[in-house]
Amino acid sequence: MIIASLIILILPLLAFVIQIFFGQRLPRKGDFVSIFAVLITLGVALGMLVSILMLNDSQFMREAAFTWLNLGAFKIELGFLIDNITVVMLVVVALISTMSHIYSIKYMDKDPLYHRYFAYLGLFTFSMNGIVLANNLVSLYIFWELVGLSSYLLIGFWFQKDTAADAGKKAFLANRVGDLGFFIGIMLFFTAVGSFNYSDVFAGVASGSIHGTLLTLAGLGLFCGAIGKSAQVPLHIWLPDAMEGPTPVSALIHAATMVAAGVYMLVRLFPILTPDVLTVIAYIGGFTALFAATIAITQNDIKRVLAYSTLSQLGYMVMAIGTGAYTAGFFHLVTHAMFKASLFYGAGSVIHAMHHALHKLKDHTIDPQDMRNMGGFKTRMPFTYWTMVICTLAISGIPFFSGFLSKDAILAGTLAFANHSPQHLLIPFFGFAAALITPFYMLRLIFMTFHRGSKFPKVYRQIKESPREMTIPMVILSGLTLFLFYTLPQINPFFDTGWWFTNLIVARDTVVTGFEIITAHEIMVSMHHNHLAAMLLSVALAGLGILFSWLMYLRKKLSPQVWAKRSGFLYRLSFNKYYIDEIYERFIYKPLLKLTERVGYIDWDIYDQRFIDGFGRVTDKLARVSGELDWEGLDKMIVNGIGRQFQRAGQSLRQIQTGRLQNYLLFALLGIIIILILQVI
Amino acid sequence: MDHLQIYLIVGAALFCLGLFGVITRRNAIAVLMGIELILNSANLNFIAFSRFGGMNLSGHVFALFVIVMAAAEAAIALAIIINIYNLFHTVNVDEASQLKQ
Amino acid sequence: MATVTFWLIILLTVFSALIVVGSSQLIYSAVALLFTFVGVASLYIFLWADFIGVVQIVIYVGGILILVIFGIMLTNKITSVRISHTSVQRGAGAAAVVVLFILLVTMILKTPWLEIAAVEPDQTVASIGKMLMIDYLLPFEITSVLLLGALIGAAMLARRGR
Repeated sequence: MIIASLIILILPLLAFVIQIFFGQRLPRKGDFVSIFAVLITLGVALGMLVSILMLNDSQFMREAAFTWLNLGAFKIELGFLIDNITVVMLVVVALISTMSHIYSIKYMDKDPLYHRYFAYLGLFTFSMNGIVLANNLVSLYIFWELVGLSSYLLIGFWFQKDTAADAGKKAFLANRVGDLGFFIGIMLFFTAVGSFNYSDVFAGVASGSIHGTLLTLAGLGLFCGAIGKSAQVPLHIWLPDAMEGPTPVSALIHAATMVAAGVYMLVRLFPILTPDVLTVIAYIGGFTALFAATIAITQNDIKRVLAYSTLSQLGYMVMAIGTGAYTAGFFHLVTHAMFKASLFYGAGSVIHAMHHALHKLKDHTIDPQDMRNMGGFKTRMPFTYWTMVICTLAISGIPFFSGFLSKDAILAGTLAFANHSPQHLLIPFFGFAAALITPFYMLRLIFMTFHRGSKFPKVYRQIKESPREMTIPMVILSGLTLFLFYTLPQINPFFDTGWWFTNLIVARDTVVTGFEIITAHEIMVSMHHNHLAAMLLSVALAGLGILFSWLMYLRKKLSPQVWAKRSGFLYRLSFNKYYIDEIYERFIYKPLLKLTERVGYIDWDIYDQRFIDGFGRVTDKLARVSGELDWEGLDKMIVNGIGRQFQRAGQSLRQIQTGRLQNYLLFALLGIIIILILQVI
Repeated sequence: MDHLQIYLIVGAALFCLGLFGVITRRNAIAVLMGIELILNSANLNFIAFSRFGGMNLSGHVFALFVIVMAAAEAAIALAIIINIYNLFHTVNVDEASQLKQ
Repeated sequence: MATVTFWLIILLTVFSALIVVGSSQLIYSAVALLFTFVGVASLYIFLWADFIGVVQIVIYVGGILILVIFGIMLTNKITSVRISHTSVQRGAGAAAVVVLFILLVTMILKTPWLEIAAVEPDQTVASIGKMLMIDYLLPFEITSVLLLGALIGAAMLARRGR
């Protein structure tokens, strides 16, 4: 297991090194190196998955570590922690990474920096695997920053475009804010426990060496990291902009894996989060889920709709962790990775087709990503259409698809949470409201892109299905949305036990002491109770959402324009993303700039010009006087006198510098003799 | 002849004589001979300490390495001396004090 | 008898070393060096180091000394019978060296040396061989690389015209 995970970790790094140094000189710019590396990784990861399936041990765990820094009492170890969660996550990362690599062959074809693109993908895969495998907070943090770096590099991959370069910077800065809290959280744990290792930290929390408010603060710090990386409100602003990067990157990093890193980290560290932290997590997650979903309704850029949908689904996962049903959150992470990556590939395929069509027509006025310019692509791009429809059904939570299973588990979790603490009724409301909106905007995307007539028939005639390298990943991933892949050996999707997934990934009890704790078992039982209700309600809501979407965008019984006008203010809020960017601009960036200006004014106009310059004038006068004294008295007499003496001394000392080796040796010997005499006497 | 000090004093004498040669001789080959004397005195100390330190053979191995090194050093030194002779037509170290001609 | 031989050998060693550094004839120095080497080798025998003694004779006398004599011959005209050489700073050097010697002897006599009794071994070759191949394998290999380097380097340096 350890060796296998080492291979998984090292191979993408190797691919990165080869690509970055030799990529340009290799045939095909070396893409086969990267693809070969991730294919092996995928093979090894699948092997690991099979072996844990054979074991079928929910407590399975392997750990290996070596000492990295040893400073006496202070010791930092780096190492691997492999359990069922790790293995499942490794498979997800390897699978989506492989698919993105294959997809990119054609999508990034003829890009001048083709080899560097693959190198970055390798770097990302390496660092993501590092996060998954880490067994302590320091290596987690290191790899956490490394994925941030590779994300920055890939968002700004087309750095010639200003928007792309800015988006990269925005992502990096927003993450920085979160990571500051993350670092503080890590350090709080370290100072209290004296170790970075997960197991030591867990033991420290269990034994109460960190407890009460401090533990809550530390947990909030860790959650800050997740807010940044998993793009929760209020740091969600970077993710929609990150869509400036190439589409396979959006699929891999900004839908399936990196943004899930925050969720993964919370799943890993769930047992040390206090109930207070969990409540905060639940509210932020739930709010993000609903908030992002409402924005997604009105967006017209196909990738932005998907980006807000990703935000909303990430909110779901985070909310699930907050409610204590964190295995459901992790389950949703896995299923979401599959269908969202596939949706992004579909969007990429459409954009790719639009690009080619526009390129042929030499038309550069039409935005290839705007859904209003599309329509009727169904017959032109059947593969893209059907895979996207399947994935849309999955994300909407329609029975027999994977999204149905994970979403219901989360919704059951929220209901269970509300049962335990009725004052938090808002949480299930967030969940179910998002469940109503999700199918609405997803089908809106499908209808606007693939149905109805096209606005530009000339463009429509040039639209072609994407090449096989792009459709195959879509077909494979949309195939993986079938419920059977997750429920086997159980074949009844309406029954929530007996799946291999729930067999392997079993919730652990929290180790926090001193709070009112709900045990994992209680949560499980309660979820089981609420399962049927959650299922019925969510299916009904999904049906309702689909119905509205169908009426509005396909049958045109309800006109979107009329509804937009009728909702007026709300519509504008949603369309402008609740003016969050503008609010930040107005209340954070602008005041900060003003503050710096004010400080600058004080510094320059008052302090510098009055005080410093006045001081300078006085000094100037003084300097003139002392200069006279200095030159006439000091310099000519004393300084030059000393200089003359040294010159004389130098003249005489020059005699012994003969340039003869043996003279020098004799002097060295004399030195040794003096030292010896001092020693002996 | 069963006293460590005798050997050490002989070693010290060889060392001092070798050093004297290195400091005073003008001929580079004679300087080299002085260096050989110094190396020999070091070896003598190694062997003597080995003998009186409970016959610990590590000293012998060290002496062997020193001899190997001396051989390598002599070969290189003589090659350099021949080069100097070709360049300056002298092997006196005080005359060949420039780094290049 | 053995004692007498011992002191004679010491006398031979030190005296010939004196000639090595004192003689004005380079070739005399070389011959005296031969006696010093042989004397030191004999001291090794007294110190139960038979193998090292033999190695001393084989390498120093058979190799290095021959090399030195070759060097003398190559750097002087064969025809000049007296290959004389002079010394510099003899007085200062001698004074410094004598002081150093006195200091060293004082140090040697003042130090309470730890002596561990040991039995004279039959031979040391087998044990040295084992040590070289087990404990000192890496230095041994590195020495062989050093020798190779010296070989190539010496050949390259001494090459005529480049």
